[in-house]
Parts: sequence; C-alpha cells; structure tokens
Amino acid sequence: MKVKKKILLELYFDMLRMRSVETRIAQEYSKQEMRCPVHLSVGQEAIACGISKNLQKKDKVFSAHRSHYHYLAKGGNLNSMIAELFGKESGCAGGKGGSMHLIDLKAGLFAAVPIVGSTIPIGVGLAWANKINNKKDLVVIYFGEGSTEEGVFYESINFAGIHDLNILFVCENNLYSVYSGLGNRQAKKRNLVSISKSMGISATKLNGNNIETVFIESNKIINNIKTTNKPHLLELSTYRHLEHCGPFNDDKLNYREQKEINYWLKKCPLKNFEKLLLNKKIINDQTINKYIKKIDNELNQAFNKARSDKFPNKNKLFTNVYA
Amino acid sequence: MHKRKLNFSEAINEGIDQAMGKDKSVIVMGLGVDDPKRIFGTTRNLIEKYGKNRVFDLPTSENAFTGFAIGASLGNIKPILVHQRVEFALLTMDQIINQAAKWFYMNDGLMNVPIVIRLIVGRGWGQGPQHSQNLSSLFAHIPGLKVVSPSSPNDAKGLMIASILDKNPIIFFENRWLHTTYGDVPKDFFRETIGKSKIISRGTDITLVADSYMTIEIINAKKILKDFNINPEIIDLRTLRPIDEKTIIKSVNKTGKLLAVDSGWVKFGISAEILSIVNENINKNIISKRIGIKDTPIPSTRSLANHSYPNAVTIASEVLKLFDIKPKNMFNKYSKFVPGDIPNENFRGPF
Repeated sequence: MKVKKKILLELYFDMLRMRSVETRIAQEYSKQEMRCPVHLSVGQEAIACGISKNLQKKDKVFSAHRSHYHYLAKGGNLNSMIAELFGKESGCAGGKGGSMHLIDLKAGLFAAVPIVGSTIPIGVGLAWANKINNKKDLVVIYFGEGSTEEGVFYESINFAGIHDLNILFVCENNLYSVYSGLGNRQAKKRNLVSISKSMGISATKLNGNNIETVFIESNKIINNIKTTNKPHLLELSTYRHLEHCGPFNDDKLNYREQKEINYWLKKCPLKNFEKLLLNKKIINDQTINKYIKKIDNELNQAFNKARSDKFPNKNKLFTNVYA
Repeated sequence: MHKRKLNFSEAINEGIDQAMGKDKSVIVMGLGVDDPKRIFGTTRNLIEKYGKNRVFDLPTSENAFTGFAIGASLGNIKPILVHQRVEFALLTMDQIINQAAKWFYMNDGLMNVPIVIRLIVGRGWGQGPQHSQNLSSLFAHIPGLKVVSPSSPNDAKGLMIASILDKNPIIFFENRWLHTTYGDVPKDFFRETIGKSKIISRGTDITLVADSYMTIEIINAKKILKDFNINPEIIDLRTLRPIDEKTIIKSVNKTGKLLAVDSGWVKFGISAEILSIVNENINKNIISKRIGIKDTPIPSTRSLANHSYPNAVTIASEVLKLFDIKPKNMFNKYSKFVPGDIPNENFRGPF
C-alpha cells in the first residue's frame, strides 16, 4: 500500500502538533499554573497518530495515564484539554479530572484513568454493550506494557475473545513502568503476541516509531476487526523521551542506559519521518515553518484562554457526585 | 395494590423479572446466574424468559467483569451484577471505588454509571472468616455510591426496582438468612425510595436502629422488652448511603435514648455513623450505645460463631442496661429468640 502524499503531510502535521503541545506544556509547567501530574508522551507520537487516522468519529477510544496523544489524535478539543490542566471550569472535565482524566465525548475519547489496566475492562464492557445493541462501532483501548502485568488484562482479553467483540487492544511498550525496566517485570522469553494468540486473540507486534508502518498496518487490522467482528491486539515498541511524570528529562537518575537512550533518540518517530519527507521532497523547510507557525498560534490561543478562563465556583465541589 | 406472601429471594426475583420485562436494556450478569441453583432462587426463570443475550454467566474474573458492567452501562445497558458472597467483590474494589463511584464526578456530569451490584452476606452453617462478612460500611464510606440494605421482602422488591431505575452505581446488600423469610409483597411494579428508612413500630422509650437481618432481631427484642414495660421505636434503615438522618434524629429527640445495632463490626461502622449523627444534631443529653458483631473475624464453628452476632436477647439486655435494669437468666427465659447457626429449621446447608 502506497500512502498518498496528502495523507503523509497530514500525518506529519498531526505528529508535529502533538509533539508541540507536549513541549509547550513542559516549557510552561514550571510557572506552576498547571498543578496536576502530567505524563507527557514525547517520543510516542506515531502510535496514536497512525491509528487514529484510521478511526471514524463514532469509534471510541479509552486511554490510561499517558493520554494526551490519544486525546489529541482522536480529535479531542485542545482548548478544553489545556484548560483542564489549568484546573479551569472550561476544562474538558470541569477541572475535576486533570491531565489523568481527559474526556471528549464528541471526539469519541471516552475515558482516561491513571489506575494501571483499569480502563481495559471498561472498554471491553462498552464493546460488549455495542454487541448487545447490534452496533458495529470499534472500541480502541490503549495501555502500556505495565498493564499487561495486571490480572485484569488477561481477564479482559479472555472475555473479548469469548464474545467476539470489536476491539483493538493497543499495547504501547515503552519498556519502563515509572523507573522499573522490563528486566524486573517480565520474563525474557515472554511474548505478548503468542500469549494473546493462545487466548484466542489475534495479535501483531510492530515498530511503534514508524508512522507509515503504524498507519498502514493498523488500517488493515481495523478493517479486519470490522469485517470479522473479532478483537485484535497490537503491540507497538516505542520509548518515552521524558521522565515518567513531569516536564523534564530525568536520565541523570541513570535508570536507563545511555546506549539505550541514544538508540531510541535516533529512532525518534517525528525526526525520522521529517527527514524522510524532506529527502523525498514531499515537504520543504518553508512548509515546516508554516506548520510550526500555525501550531504556535493555536497553542498561544489555547494557553492564553486557559490562563484567563475562570476557576470553577466553590459550589462546584458538590455538583455531579450523583446523577 | 394486590399483595400476597413471598419470600425475600422470590421478591428480588420478581423485581428483577418485572424490570427486565419493562426495559430491554436491563441485563443480569454474574457467576452462576443461569446455573441450577440460580443464586438462591433470585435469578430463577430469567434465562428462560429473556434468553442468553440478557442473562450472562461469566468467566471467574470478578475485577474485569465489574469493569465490563461499568463499560456496558456507558453503552446504554443497565447491568445487574451479582456476587454470591460479598468477599468476591473485594477483588473488584478498584472498579467499584476508583471507577464506578467517581465516573460521573470525574467527568463532571458527562456520563453516569447506572449499575446494580448485588452482594450477598453469608451467615451460619460454618461459613467462616471469608464467607460471612458484612462489609457494608466499606462501601457506605464512598461518595458516589448508594448502598441499599433491605430487611423485608416488600423492600427487597421495591428497592431492587428503585436500584435498577436509579442512575447511579448501587450496592445492594442481601443477608443470606433473609432469603427464606416471608412477607407481604405487592404484585405490581413498584419502587421504594432509596435513602428513606422505615419506622417499623412506634415507641416512646428508646430508639432501636438496624438494617438488613438485624432488623428482625430488634423486632424480636421489642417482644422481650414488653415484659419490662419498655416500648422501643424501631427504625429499619433500608438504605445506608444516603442515610436517613432526619428520621433517626426525630426519633431520638423524642425517646432520648438510642441503641444502634450494627450488622457488621462496630468500630468505624454504620452504628458509629448513627451515633455521630445523633451527637452532631441533638443538643441535649442522649443515652446511646452501639452493639454489633464481635471485634474478631467470624469463625466457622457454630460453637464460636453463634457468639459473634447480636441477637434479640443480647440487644434487649443492652437496652435494659440503659434503663438500669439487671435481670437474670435472660438467655434461659428467652431462648426461643436466640438463633443457632441456621436461619430456619428447613435449612440443610451447605451455603
């Protein structure tokens, strides 16, 4: 499959935009206006971007703690997201959720929660409801490789397999759960694809830092789920460039080897794709600068708006505890 | 409304059945909901009537299937989830406390979670430390949950229907010993109000408050207290969260005395909450006491477990103490009010 030039440019723009959002959050975080934990996704652009390009608005997405890209790629409103980080009433969850509870129902970003593995069964439940209601919408559930160490992950894929639910499980394997490497957490020979297959779920492992691969392969997989009505698990290898939680790079703590860091920085999904598009003369510096300017404007507006928006009135503490 | 006698499990069954008949989005899910025993009869005939697409036996995955119920509720399904013992729900506390209870709040009202989680509390026949705990106070502690705990077949049906119709996550407690108790139940589809207690009998001398099976014990205690010319007012809480503060305060204001009888452990429990409500809302001296399950795990052997629970005699004795009456031989005289390790003579185990 050859990807059209127009799509390639869109993918590039989307990745650049997502990266710019995270970079801006990191830059502004020290002003202490965004007072909630942020789990930035820098380095993991290709996954959400490539998959979401193949999704329809009515398809639903569930995410976990590192959710910014899943939200943005699915079309989540930028202003509402930034306002949520600022704790403002105009935030996507009225300031009650923060970075770890992004939601945009219009865009189909159904929920994000920070308890590891916790949205997996909830996403499965929605897909189950879709089946009961004869709806064919796809449910995409993003989680990290840490989630696959939780019992609820196995419980959930087992059920999805038994009931033939329209679900794309997406495991973003960035090798680290906070500071804990895979060596302390998983057997060397452990293979998520074969584990899933042995439980009756078809599965694929891909390079999660190559946007073209992610886009093309997830397109096939999503079409296949929609025609066969069977779930699929996609494992994507990737790497986070920044610390687990917060705006900085924490590699001075030496929990990741410099060799490993260098290897993955070389595999940066954005830079490599940019290089490729430049080499193929699909894009030039002028266009890139135009994109950067456009994104900067959007971000300036979003941050200015979030800054000037109101905090929720104190009586909002008591609203929406019960429906 | 036409009434007839049903037992508690038949009443629950009828409530669920009628709700499923009226609303196609109501489903029943849980381990064994379609097995030969049908959750002590409470899910009888449901799969025959509504089929496999609305009555689901599940894999042994409590944590996940509580999440499935939450997720399904986001897709316009109304799940009724059942655990044959409360203790299995402990595997699902993340989904109940972190997710279901907070979902509506943490998305600031965009999506609610209308699910009913039925938790059955075991008792007797050697159920032991992990099959007979009443953990209702754990759930009642959590804002965002509603906790229902009826004592009569009428309320079992009326509150089951109210729970299914409610827009919030409901924890529905059933004491296993109540399943075989009979009472008048209307045939019609009706609901009782969640959050409203019931005054079972009016009295002037002391307020007795309980929920679930302990309501039966305080009703029996009243019979004993009659011999001492003490006329208690009896309140059946029916709902633990939101708790009906008004009725409690009004009653204790009138009687000046309170005994809160806890279905679980006393410390940090429901009875502690009742005493706090009285303490914070009544500006005069109230003589109050609480009684509940002894402060140990509940053992299997009946020779010990029988002493774990309050009963009509121990309750009446506590009341008499508050009146400075010290009668002798209470247990001999009122032995017919002391239950053994089975709910009734027909009970043959095993659970």
